[in-house]
Amino acid sequence: MASLWQYANPQKFLAVSRAVLPFVAGGAAICLVVGLVWGFFFTPDDYKQGSTVKIIYLHVPAALMAINAWLMMLVASLIWLVRRHHVSALAAKAAAPIGITMTVIALVTGAIWGEPMWGTYWAWDPRLTSFLILFLFYLGYSALWQAIESPDAAADLTSVLCMVGSVFAILSRYAVNFWNQGLHQGASLSLDKEENVSDVFYLPLLVCIAGFILLFVALVLLRTQTEIRQRQLKALEARERMA
Amino acid sequence: MPDLGKYADAVLSSYAVTIVLLVALIGHSVWRGRRVRRQLAEIQARNGK
Repeated sequence: MASLWQYANPQKFLAVSRAVLPFVAGGAAICLVVGLVWGFFFTPDDYKQGSTVKIIYLHVPAALMAINAWLMMLVASLIWLVRRHHVSALAAKAAAPIGITMTVIALVTGAIWGEPMWGTYWAWDPRLTSFLILFLFYLGYSALWQAIESPDAAADLTSVLCMVGSVFAILSRYAVNFWNQGLHQGASLSLDKEENVSDVFYLPLLVCIAGFILLFVALVLLRTQTEIRQRQLKALEARERMA
Repeated sequence: MPDLGKYADAVLSSYAVTIVLLVALIGHSVWRGRRVRRQLAEIQARNGK
């Protein structure tokens, strides 16, 4: 039986990801278009929040991916630290800009949504604050990759930073459960309640979440391919300079 | 176009920001991927690989 670790071979990873990428990207495009068109044009206004409920199709999937992108980076970083597979370190590096973008979307759409509902764009609420700290960790993580010349040392240090930042990724998800203070509502999605969001909003939301997940996977595959080729390019350029 | 009422600015600006950021992220990922692939092909061709 084939082992998962065979994909740690860069050439094997490139071959498999090249074959899979069009399907994942196509699935992402279909889910995003269907989910966003369904949510924007064919769902009613909420009786309390009016038309601002349509922001849920952007805010919730983006926030979900901002947290889960960091958790994916954590798993990849642990694999690097334990097994020293370069592809996993490069996958973590490739995921960071996607996580940053998702975090910015969650923060901006949350602020825009918050103003008419709470009367303010920002509050030092536990969930909002932990999300802001997660964003700063993302920036620090990416800056650390850029600042260190040795790829292995950069992978080591960013992996450690990723483990520290995971506290805030988990806090961002569960802050509303830990603290009963703050403006942010409880979780929109959870497995322990019968219904958090009415079906009329929930179904297109699920399609949007599927779209964001597939988009994340597609971009991680694409950007990891680029990171692998970038490393090959640097090695060949160094060889040329020495020749 | 649905009637967004008094929240039209909030809803439309949320969609605009999200779409701009996602298009920028996808565009940058594709552009950088193509550029690195082209540079790698060039150096491999120079080195006879």
